[in-house]
Amino acid sequence: MTMNRETLINSILAIALVAVPLIALGMDEPFIITLATKVAIFAMAGVGLNLVLGYGGLVSFGHAAFFGIGGYAAGILASHALNYEPIMESPFLIEGTTQMIIIWIVALIVSALVALVIGAITLRTSGVYFIMITLAFAQMIYYFAISWPAYGGEDGLSIYVRNGFPGLNTLDPISFFALCAVMLAIAMAFSAVLIRSRFGLALQGARQNPQRMTAVGIAPFRIRLVAFVVSAMITALAGALYADLNRFVSPTMLSWHMSGEIMVFVILGGVGRLFGPLAGAALYIILEHLLGGVWEFWQLPLGVLLLLVVLFARGGLVGVLAGERKHV
Amino acid sequence: MSDAILSLSNVTKQFGSLLASDSVTLDLRPGEIHALIGPNGAGKSTLIKQIAGEIKSDSGDIHFNGQNINEFDAVARSRMGLARTFQVSSLMPEFSVLQNVMLARQSVSGKVFRFFKPVLSDKSLVDPAMAQLERVGLADRAQMRAADISHGERRQLEMAVALALEPKAFLLDEPMAGMGPEGSKRLTGFLDGLRGQAPILLVEHDMDAVFALADRISVLVYGRIIATGTVDEIRGNDDVKRAYLGEDA
Repeated sequence: MTMNRETLINSILAIALVAVPLIALGMDEPFIITLATKVAIFAMAGVGLNLVLGYGGLVSFGHAAFFGIGGYAAGILASHALNYEPIMESPFLIEGTTQMIIIWIVALIVSALVALVIGAITLRTSGVYFIMITLAFAQMIYYFAISWPAYGGEDGLSIYVRNGFPGLNTLDPISFFALCAVMLAIAMAFSAVLIRSRFGLALQGARQNPQRMTAVGIAPFRIRLVAFVVSAMITALAGALYADLNRFVSPTMLSWHMSGEIMVFVILGGVGRLFGPLAGAALYIILEHLLGGVWEFWQLPLGVLLLLVVLFARGGLVGVLAGERKHV
Repeated sequence: MSDAILSLSNVTKQFGSLLASDSVTLDLRPGEIHALIGPNGAGKSTLIKQIAGEIKSDSGDIHFNGQNINEFDAVARSRMGLARTFQVSSLMPEFSVLQNVMLARQSVSGKVFRFFKPVLSDKSLVDPAMAQLERVGLADRAQMRAADISHGERRQLEMAVALALEPKAFLLDEPMAGMGPEGSKRLTGFLDGLRGQAPILLVEHDMDAVFALADRISVLVYGRIIATGTVDEIRGNDDVKRAYLGEDA
């Protein structure tokens, strides 16, 4: 019964995400398509974070690091390609690229490596220490980006032409939206499969009771590390798409505000709910543009809303609408 | 000594000025139920934690299955076949009863890092987990959340999880705690049949259960074992009477 209602709500969210930009296309409102694209990308970043925050119970306050790494992968590779400057010439030649697929692969590899290092260190701590150390690592990368003049430093880096995808005109708003929506769908499907697997059971077990995990002979650390790396990779992919959406990447993508925003998507929408990040990102963007249009302090009601969700609706928007789950 | 499955020699643990375990030497032989009794605060739970690897001993040796396991952590000891239950039920509250047992089966199978196959339709986990639930009489609760079952049922679930680990020895920390007389009686009968599967080190306050089950009893007082022997030997031991059993004996 409860499950059915959640399925219904999830379907409505998915249909709305696709329907809104299509209607906007018919009404010739490209800005709304861009907003929907932003929702899809932010939701994807949240899907990544939700894996560790929602299912693993690990409050990472540093996911902007991975979002930004994805963004800079797009920005750096594209700028080299557009300026015809190879990234390196010796010992072997590495050139830039404007192909999204290659950019995504680079974003996945780099974010996985960085997450492996950050995770191996931070996952030895827990609670507030984990929050603070993930934040510290993300801030380190943020300041590194600011002080690296080769790629724009504080000013960021422009991507003059949106990167390409085979068979698609990525500059066409609805085509780029479709690409982002498909990527989001893949990320969510992947996440859904993962949490229902043996690994997913162990990850959710480690959240609830590490003592019991240890007693049955499963070390929580390795489970969490793998989850942290996978989570970072999904968020990095979203970051690469975000850089392409804006055709611009700057240290803002790496800042702790961004980490906080990604966290807000997950908490608003529903921690540990598959469609939570989508609901949260959609609500956030809607509030930003409806309230933000009439009142510059729109974040004040957002803060109140967040407070209410945390105090009274732990399942977030999806939880309020769909009710509590029977069991995991 | 050498035929013991689990043996402790001079195991010591000190917390500040408190000697929680004072040169404890005891062993657990195949097929036996060895009860560990003692007044509150005697250090029984601390000793169980030292054996399970949750607390590192200051000195002394623990051998399990012929191997010195001093340097093994709790995960390694569990995987070697030491299954423990907790004095206060320690379960996954948001998992179903079945999922709680499946997690143990998953550990035994050695295949935790599987990312794609849905776990709830994995018969190689579900079937043996259900079998253990049937053994402890919880099969009809399989789909309920562990948080929603009764206290007594949670104690049964703790047992089912331990059983699912197919251990070589059980460490049971007050399995009867908080159970009614009816439940205690049923669990006593159940544990009686369990000794054939693996020996049990049983910490328990319920003396009826201890006297009914134990092949040997060790009495722990202020971290020291003051006596080890059969039920009759312990009943007749003057030190034990003075230190622990008091007027009950």
